[in-house]
Amino acid sequence: MSESDTVGRPGGPGLAGAPRGGAAPDTAPEAPISSTPQGSGGNATEDTKVITRPGDKIFKALTVGSGGFVVLMIALIGIFLLIQAIPSLVDDNANFLFSRDWNADPGVFAFGVLDLLLVTVFSSAFALLIAMPVSLGIALFLTQYAPRRLSKPFAYLVDLLAAVPSIIYGLWGAYVLAPALSPISAWLNDTLGFLPIFAQGSSNLEIGQTIFTAGIVLAVMLLPIITAITREVFDRTPPMQIEGALALGATKWEVVRTTVLPFGRAGYISASMLGLGRALGETIAVMIILSATDKHFSWTLFDGGDTIASKIARAAQEFNDPRGAGAYIAAGLVLFVLTFVVNAFARSIIAGHKEYE
Amino acid sequence: MAKRIDVKDLNLFYGKFHAVDGVSLAVPPRNVTAFIGPSGCGKSTVLRSLNRMHEVIPGARAEGKVLLDGEDIYASTVDPVSVRRTIGMVFQRPNPFPTMSIKDNVVAGLRLAGERDKKKLEEVAERALRGANLWAEVKDRLNRPGGGLSGGQQQRLCIARAIAVRPDVLLMDEPCSALDPISTLAIEDLIQELKKDFTIVIVTHNMQQAARVSDQTAFFNLAGVGQPGRLVELDDTEKIFSNPTQKATEDYISGRFG
Repeated sequence: MSESDTVGRPGGPGLAGAPRGGAAPDTAPEAPISSTPQGSGGNATEDTKVITRPGDKIFKALTVGSGGFVVLMIALIGIFLLIQAIPSLVDDNANFLFSRDWNADPGVFAFGVLDLLLVTVFSSAFALLIAMPVSLGIALFLTQYAPRRLSKPFAYLVDLLAAVPSIIYGLWGAYVLAPALSPISAWLNDTLGFLPIFAQGSSNLEIGQTIFTAGIVLAVMLLPIITAITREVFDRTPPMQIEGALALGATKWEVVRTTVLPFGRAGYISASMLGLGRALGETIAVMIILSATDKHFSWTLFDGGDTIASKIARAAQEFNDPRGAGAYIAAGLVLFVLTFVVNAFARSIIAGHKEYE
Repeated sequence: MAKRIDVKDLNLFYGKFHAVDGVSLAVPPRNVTAFIGPSGCGKSTVLRSLNRMHEVIPGARAEGKVLLDGEDIYASTVDPVSVRRTIGMVFQRPNPFPTMSIKDNVVAGLRLAGERDKKKLEEVAERALRGANLWAEVKDRLNRPGGGLSGGQQQRLCIARAIAVRPDVLLMDEPCSALDPISTLAIEDLIQELKKDFTIVIVTHNMQQAARVSDQTAFFNLAGVGQPGRLVELDDTEKIFSNPTQKATEDYISGRFG
């Protein structure tokens, strides 16, 4: 690797060589390819450099460039958020991380992200709690139980869920699902109301603009993401493993338990974390469903409120004042860091299972 | 324990493809039977039909009878899962469960059968690992993943896993084809010991191996291109390799074709 790198440099320094080589693909690749084989014998004896072909150089530059581009983008987004947020954070009259009230009006300018953060995490976690087992069931059904003829179109159907725009989910959640869920939420509140998460919250149960509704809609949105990846992983369970389990006299379920699940566990968890990242950042559907409220979040599913993303979206029309906008951007920074942490967590889980793969 | 197998007019199919035609053979208990023959002649397919693993492949089916001590394992009332619990199988490539420890691998079959007693499981694990000549090598790392062993050790681990449930019959599908000569020798020695307790059927591409380990040898061949495979001859190994009845057998073992 490093040897070919140093040889590659003199021809065209690093990244700069890539566009030049790529710009003239119709003439450049032809000539060197025909000339190198003839000259290769002489070259090798003259100077013992490793021979690199122009195609390799170009391709390597392109891939390095693409990889670098992603890192650069993420860094730029982070820097943008920081630069925009810092002045407003300095002027903040409340503790940004621990205050539970959000007031970005120029007069008051006391805002804290804690309540938004709690609603964000709580609703996403609830969504994940529903979506994970259901996705697992769908993925297992599609890969292990469904007849082949059924499994393809069914998988396609599940994938289609991901193609539905989130505004549609929002409308469906607010106008169809919310009223439909109201008897269920009323029943949960009546019978299990002594548990904090089912206690009466800030939102009207009959209208149903609650975290409960939002979480279920989010769960539906997560299904295709988690299912698609989990299905792929389960499909790649080595047939040798499955046969080994079968030959020991395992039933279908036991085969799944001893081979498919352990093999796919890391993939399933990372798929779920990917879904969680999506749920944390989901904006428009949550904004339409949740009722705005002045009250603090009280750890119940029947609260209204706002997630970080929906709060920012609600205020987006009023971003004429840079200081006020900065407050929201600071909240966005928190969301950005949160998704980073979630992803890092997912990676660490996957890394812990590497030994088995 | 060790039971005899009688195959009566067995026909095997993959979808519409007729893979094996009319095989009848008998395997006595505590005996090693080797299946030899060119690639694609259906010997592995026949082996897999003996514990109903053949039908696991979508579209595959079997017609005919396979009697285990007189009882047809293809009878409509028989559950294939219970058949596979009494007839163990070792595959071409070692396939221990990668997420399980060495010990858990060995007792996986027993766990599936519902055994929960820790002490019993430990005993069985040790007995099976000793039986597979692996105990000395792994006794200090029973809780490490089975995937960390060498190929030959993994294959012996799979044999331990198969014999841990004390099956009536042990089927081996080219168990040494992915192993080096020393590991192969270890497994061949093991087969000689296992023969005392189990009925063994082994598929092999290595004719010297068949000659070394088996008591009787079955030669399978294709009737022609696109034709189903069939059993050409089954006899004592010594006779097959010295004085076979069929010309095709002689041609094959003397290397004139195949």
